[in-house]
Amino acid sequence: MSPVLAGVLQLLALMAALALAHIPLGGYMAKVYSSDKHWRVERWIYKGIGADPDTDMRWPAYLRGVLAFSFAGVLFLYLLQRLQGVLPGSLGFAAIDPDQAFNTAVSFVTNTNWQSYYGEQAMGHVVQTAGLAVQNFVSAAVGMAVAVALVRGFARSRTGELGNFWADLVRGVVRVLVPIAAVAAVVLVACGAVQNFSGIHEVGQFMGGSQQWNGGAVASQEAIKELGTNGGGYFNANSAHPFENPTPFTNLFEIFLILLIPFSLTRTFGVMVGSVRQGYAILATMATIWVGFVALMMWTEFAHNGPALDIAGGSMEGKEVRFGVGGSSIFAVSTTLTSTGAVDSFHSSFTGLGGGITMLGMMLGEIAPGGVGSGLYGMLIMAIIAVFIAGLMVGRTPEYLGKKIGTREIKFAACYILVTPALVLAFTAVAMALPTPGNSMTNSGAHGFSEILYAYTSAANNNGSAFAGLNADTQWFNTTLGVAMLLGRFVPMVFVLALAGSLAEQKPVPATAGTLRTEKPLFTGLLVGAILIITGLTYFPALALGPLAEGLAA
Amino acid sequence: MNTSLTNTARLLVAGLRALLVLTVVTGIVYPLVVTGIGQGLFPGKANGSEIKADGQVVGSSLIGQSYDLPLGKGQETPEPDLKWFQGRPQNGLGTNSVNTQYELILSGATNRSADNEELVQWVKDAKAAVVKDNSVGGYTVKPSDVPADAVTSSGSGLDPDISPQYADIQVHRVAEKNGLPVDQVQKLVDEHTEGRTLGFLGEPRVNVLELNIALREQVAAS
Repeated sequence: MSPVLAGVLQLLALMAALALAHIPLGGYMAKVYSSDKHWRVERWIYKGIGADPDTDMRWPAYLRGVLAFSFAGVLFLYLLQRLQGVLPGSLGFAAIDPDQAFNTAVSFVTNTNWQSYYGEQAMGHVVQTAGLAVQNFVSAAVGMAVAVALVRGFARSRTGELGNFWADLVRGVVRVLVPIAAVAAVVLVACGAVQNFSGIHEVGQFMGGSQQWNGGAVASQEAIKELGTNGGGYFNANSAHPFENPTPFTNLFEIFLILLIPFSLTRTFGVMVGSVRQGYAILATMATIWVGFVALMMWTEFAHNGPALDIAGGSMEGKEVRFGVGGSSIFAVSTTLTSTGAVDSFHSSFTGLGGGITMLGMMLGEIAPGGVGSGLYGMLIMAIIAVFIAGLMVGRTPEYLGKKIGTREIKFAACYILVTPALVLAFTAVAMALPTPGNSMTNSGAHGFSEILYAYTSAANNNGSAFAGLNADTQWFNTTLGVAMLLGRFVPMVFVLALAGSLAEQKPVPATAGTLRTEKPLFTGLLVGAILIITGLTYFPALALGPLAEGLAA
Repeated sequence: MNTSLTNTARLLVAGLRALLVLTVVTGIVYPLVVTGIGQGLFPGKANGSEIKADGQVVGSSLIGQSYDLPLGKGQETPEPDLKWFQGRPQNGLGTNSVNTQYELILSGATNRSADNEELVQWVKDAKAAVVKDNSVGGYTVKPSDVPADAVTSSGSGLDPDISPQYADIQVHRVAEKNGLPVDQVQKLVDEHTEGRTLGFLGEPRVNVLELNIALREQVAAS
């Protein structure tokens, strides 16, 4: 069997597994977020929080909950790192410097998981397990909560109420993320991912002497890192490290975990708005882009254009033998089209065009299928834009799911899509204009520019992967990337929740013969087109200077 | 003003309490339960898949090693010990710089781009070395026989595997250096070649450490 065929078969197997899993999981999540009943453990948690899970919140209150919880998360994680030197279970690792601790705290709370540190030589058991891994769960649950609030905005009418943030947060953790992650973690251990508290210890070697390993709760963190589309590796090499991703099976399994909740949420959406066909239209849009990107990636990586890859005879630099080009290509696309940023191969050493595809995936706003929660709300914003464009063409007030898309709604949607491009392009331009940030580049020329463009794209879109040649542990990058992550996460959330509140207040408009049928393939086509055109127009000049210049020269 | 301040403070306290409670669930209970199950059911795998030879732990079947000669005087980079099968280049493997009380293995890739001149040179040098080292006693390796994994560094720097093609071109050299028949070494490689999982997952591969352990046993027996 040729490697290309094996790659395609892996893609097909993945699609089949996701098609099977998304219906029950999507339906289950719809029940979770609609149920009136509380589990006993949840009641204990609500008591611990001191919150009443049954009070419905209007959008400002919901937003305040999101912000307060996230602020507490940043503060706690920052302090945990600053105090690492005196915490027990820290393996003798010292406190993290202030700028790096700020960057890392923001990074994990915003579901970005950008890492300017080397996991195995900087973070002890306590910070990894009780700090970083916790944010893997709760930042994912916050994303899901905001997405569900927007879905309720469509589903409800004549009320401004969007649900209870604390209930949505706790249910996302307790009923969705923890059970799936626990099962997945055990599967990973069974395949060879490590799970112990042995710390740093010596292991003998074949040629004599010994090597030093850093053991830890790796599998448990790996499972939620993928499932919650977080992506922060326990080790520096992330999911390329054999202790995180030991076999070809775990590789595909981890990609499955990355895509599982984002795709399933389209079903949740369909069920909650009372039309699963609307969910299918969104799912089809996401799947079309994702499959298209995988195909492009496999094409360019198997073609392996580029001086070094040509001489080597294959695109294996930065890739593991057990995954090969096919498995690495699927992983790279899936991690950058979601907000994951975990890597099983190093994007900086991909072909010029392959690196461009990973960047473009993030620039789409990570909506195909996107991060847990953030993918769905990002895609629904794009759907509103698409409906609006269609409305302009026929001269009719646009509607989506029985709600009028008026001036107010379209303003919120437009602001949403402007935030991340503004952050990416402005920060990249400033970094290129200043004398010192360029010193962090490993590669020169077009690829050096790509390293910086990639960094801000990754941060503002909350992805977290990198063209890792960039030495990002400088005060400039730690600070500006941290700011980009914060603004890229929470400013869009403000617009999403404001939009949700505005939609929930409306009374539904009955569908007429003139209503655009948003559950039809025609709309999916329109939506795919709108996404590609809007992103293309925004980023084409920047992409031309970086990956396109490199890829076309090869 | 006062009430809004109190409200903000109350909200922040709620946020902090929520974080602490969820930390107990996801940061303490969850990893401990997974560790308990993992250590109970799969202790070998949960602890790093160590493998032993002659009762001694010689590494992990998942972590690649170097098979080099001891450093000579004034040498900075060690020479490969050509008696043993060689793994992939490890140009991206870092050394501990933050916590220098340890000599941890620091995983990592080179992150060099496809048009990076340094990478071009590394690949050229590696290819020349593979051709030279493995062309022995009437057996010639052509540059076009050298597979890509033999001349590129992996993502982790710790890749435990090589492609079967790379193992195959090393057979003659290893046989000669160890005084074993070529057929016997080739058989060893074939036995240690693992196909794609279920026929389509990943790529065929040879675990270098396991192969070298088996080789050492045969050398000792001959």
